Amino acid sequence: MKITVQTATSFTVQAHSLTETQRLAQELAALAAPGDVIALRGDLGMGKSAFARAFIQARAGVSIEVPSPTFTLVQAYELPSGLISHFDLYRLRDASDAYELGLDDAFGGIILIEWPERLGDGLPRNPLVISFLPGATADGRAITLEGGASWAGRLDFLKLKF
Amino acid sequence: MRIVLGIESSCDETAAAVVTEDRRILANIVLSQLEDHRAYGGVVPEIAARAHLDHIERVVRDAMSTAGLGFADLAGVAATTGPGLIGGVIVGATVAKSLAMVHDKPFIAINHLEGHALTCRLTDAVPFPFLLLLVSGGHSQFLSVAGVGAYTRLGGTLDDAVGEAFDKTAKMLGLGFPGGPAVEQAALSGDATRFALPRPLLGRPGADLSLSGLKTAVRLAAEKLPAPVSGQDLSDLAASFQAAVGDVLADRLKNALTVFRAAHPSGRHVVIAGGVAANKALRARLQSVVITQGLALIAPPLQLCTDNGAMIAWAGLERLALGESHGLDHPCRPRWPLDEAA
Repeated sequence: MKITVQTATSFTVQAHSLTETQRLAQELAALAAPGDVIALRGDLGMGKSAFARAFIQARAGVSIEVPSPTFTLVQAYELPSGLISHFDLYRLRDASDAYELGLDDAFGGIILIEWPERLGDGLPRNPLVISFLPGATADGRAITLEGGASWAGRLDFLKLKF
Repeated sequence: MRIVLGIESSCDETAAAVVTEDRRILANIVLSQLEDHRAYGGVVPEIAARAHLDHIERVVRDAMSTAGLGFADLAGVAATTGPGLIGGVIVGATVAKSLAMVHDKPFIAINHLEGHALTCRLTDAVPFPFLLLLVSGGHSQFLSVAGVGAYTRLGGTLDDAVGEAFDKTAKMLGLGFPGGPAVEQAALSGDATRFALPRPLLGRPGADLSLSGLKTAVRLAAEKLPAPVSGQDLSDLAASFQAAVGDVLADRLKNALTVFRAAHPSGRHVVIAGGVAANKALRARLQSVVITQGLALIAPPLQLCTDNGAMIAWAGLERLALGESHGLDHPCRPRWPLDEAA
């Protein structure tokens, strides 16, 4: 399935370890704002949840527990910096089911979505799409970030740090 | 003789059961779509509240007619009011509240996890206190259970649940769903020492688990093998994975037991509940730890380890026996840890 991003700004980070992947998540967390939608794509075991965990913990400012939402489909975090909703649509069958999960209600905050492919054409507007592919080493990942206009400036800034 | 109707609708199953105070299950109806889900490589949730809505009336009616009782015979109506997918939870809870109101019976709001925690008292009359290892597709935690409502979380997963790790490993190995039995079956003829998989947190203090790194290690090992992974490769990798999970659980159980026994020297039972309890290899691994400490390992039968209404009815009976019931305005909660302090 193809996810369409308008006027794409895109760059790829070569993360050589989980620690580097986590650092990317933390840097991104500092740039994110309520209303942002971040889609995390990649195969099982590629580090999507680990990325989301580092992102949420960075926003929380403390090492809060961030369990995998595969079973519950969504975990919401009411943080001092605002609401984060962490969706995992791995088990989802029908795009329309996502709305039963309260995807609508989550729009005021930051939304992280694993397995966004399950939404079909229903991916929320103007997402940042982050794709995880294998890197040169076992723990390495090639992480590509693609965003529309609202992300261009922030991605340019992020690029300077990697 | 108190008899309670229990309703469970917090995830995939629409379930209702009728249970007596003296531990008889008069009816236990569970409507699950496991066969339909197999094609999707995971339990596809009936997340739509309307799916529960379509079934619940029939499930409740079946439970009552199987029990051969009328609503007037009940001492109360219990329902899961969380944690879980809130749409489904509200359906079950609202049906229970409506029945309670119409038939003038007490309504008892039950935490789904408490249902799992107390099941061993329905099946095996396990006395308090006991150490509970709750391991399923969605939960993996150690709880010290000192009484009804007295739960202390000693540790739990920092990332993936144990059942989830099995399901995802099965998926990566091209095995069927549900993943637990498929991996266990494949592992039977496998060499568990062939792949050196990590044992996250092994030897570290505490009773927390982390399985996400193990999942990644399985993927990397699988990628180095000729695709599709099959035959002896598959059996060896499944066995290596299962052994790694067993080592981690055994190590974490030892730490949890140290804390539990210090707090409750009289405790004699370790209870394993949740779908993962069906795995014989893991059970044997945990049994070896429990036996060396002179304790007994209890595992309720599988059909009562997965989601069901009987555990909710039983928890309702336990609450009623303590004189507890809840108002019809009692809220449903998507997140509701058993140990509120944890």
